Amino acid sequence: MEKYRINQENGMEFGLYTLGDHILNPLTGERLSAEERIKQIVELAKLAEQAGIDVFSVGESHQEHFTTQAHSVVLGAIAQATETIKISSSSTVLSVHDPVRVYEDFATLDLISGGRAEIIAGRGSRVGAHELFGVDLQDYEEIFEEKLELLMQINANERVTWNGKYRAPLNNQVILPRPVDGSMPIWRAVGGPPASAIKAGAMGIPMTLTTLGGPAMNFKPAVLAYKRMAEQSGFNPDELPIGTTSLFFVAETEKEALRGMYPHLNGGFEAIRGTGYPKQQFAQSTDLRDALMVGSTEQVIEKLLYQHELFGMQRFLAQIDFGGVPFDQLMKNIEIIGNDIIPAIKKHTKK
Amino acid sequence: MNVVILSGSTVGSKTKLAMELVSRKVAALYPEAEITFIDLAQKQLVFSDGRNYFEYEGDTKFVTESIMRADAIIIGTPIFQASIPGSLKNVFDLLPVDALREKVVSIVVTAGSAKHYLIVEQQLKPILSYMKAHIVPTYVFIEEADFLRTDIINDDVHFRMDRLVEDTMYTIEALDIIREKQDAAYDF
Repeated sequence: MEKYRINQENGMEFGLYTLGDHILNPLTGERLSAEERIKQIVELAKLAEQAGIDVFSVGESHQEHFTTQAHSVVLGAIAQATETIKISSSSTVLSVHDPVRVYEDFATLDLISGGRAEIIAGRGSRVGAHELFGVDLQDYEEIFEEKLELLMQINANERVTWNGKYRAPLNNQVILPRPVDGSMPIWRAVGGPPASAIKAGAMGIPMTLTTLGGPAMNFKPAVLAYKRMAEQSGFNPDELPIGTTSLFFVAETEKEALRGMYPHLNGGFEAIRGTGYPKQQFAQSTDLRDALMVGSTEQVIEKLLYQHELFGMQRFLAQIDFGGVPFDQLMKNIEIIGNDIIPAIKKHTKK
Repeated sequence: MNVVILSGSTVGSKTKLAMELVSRKVAALYPEAEITFIDLAQKQLVFSDGRNYFEYEGDTKFVTESIMRADAIIIGTPIFQASIPGSLKNVFDLLPVDALREKVVSIVVTAGSAKHYLIVEQQLKPILSYMKAHIVPTYVFIEEADFLRTDIINDDVHFRMDRLVEDTMYTIEALDIIREKQDAAYDF
């Protein structure tokens, strides 16, 4: 775990992640400018650090309704504006980039931040980025696997000799700069079904599993498949951290949380997927067993502890800013997370 | 209310003819309904590549967005090789998994043989259920012998179509009532 900068003695890490979505607030019909939104994200990272949150991560989506296409640049600003919080990507759409360039960016981030940077690499869930960067969609699975392997090889070795199908070969070439410790944590972003978790296990790479809603137990097979595959492939699953992620909205009462979250969740889904979030399903989601993190402070703590028991994860990442949530509500969420949620979960998950 | 009438074949005339009749019936019985008639024979659709439905262009975007906007879709399909035509399946493939949630879907089928009667039950309805449609249970099955040139000469087909249109419209109203009740119950 040390290799991944995870110290289990401190208990489960709590982080925030943003996709940098740029969606109007459905309640006011107003949308921040791209400039305001990006500055808001940097500000959120500072507030998160002050509240004792462990990780702040930014994702990239190359399409309408997003602002952090250049997420590594935004992370650079965050690295400079903060001092202790870990900074990560959620995720880096590795499929459409050159792994050498990605590594150069994030190793630089690690130097700027004094060893706080990491990469969460994913395939991306939308196909537009492939077209934008001229990457063939036909082989999207193999392209990602190959690029992730190369990224891991660069992380392990300063000099790389490499041959692949989707990128020009590297012949004993030096990849610089190197991160503070010579290498840095690289995670694989995994969606709900076990297929991708199995691939993560086979590579022996830490897994960040998204659990966006529905029964939490539906994600257990992915965790088990990951661990089993890691073991079969010669890795010790106990040394591989697991993170989970979910949309998140906490308030003093359940009713307040449901009312506060729904318009943004529904409006956000409408904007990026073209279908809203079903009300009936949302109404069930404060239930302990549902993965969507919405509810009163007590409910959310109970959910986190329940999921920790279920998955045994080392980290939870919360997405609090999806769908144009106004800043005062974001601050309120961070305040409750820092004052009540983190102390409670750390207490119960310390080793 | 917004009704899409979809003629699901790119060849032949019978399904289109039947759907034009359905369209006239909707317009006559429910003049307030906004009808979009889509004949796949007149549209150039690409195959699905997994992108969001609104990210396509041209006819493909028009067809997917029209369906996503609809309160009800009345699908007309012929039977090809004991199944729905590929052109209609492609329309489903272009849409999100839960595209038909809170939408009413009813079906008119034209077939060369009565042996094809259960194909809707066995092949079309499972797709619609997966996509979360509220399916009008009874569909209108029209055989070759019901047509004479450009007319449907079996009176029973006309009666069944009238009932199908009525059932479709009542189901939209029923969904409105469910939605109102949920809104009242959930308080968010």
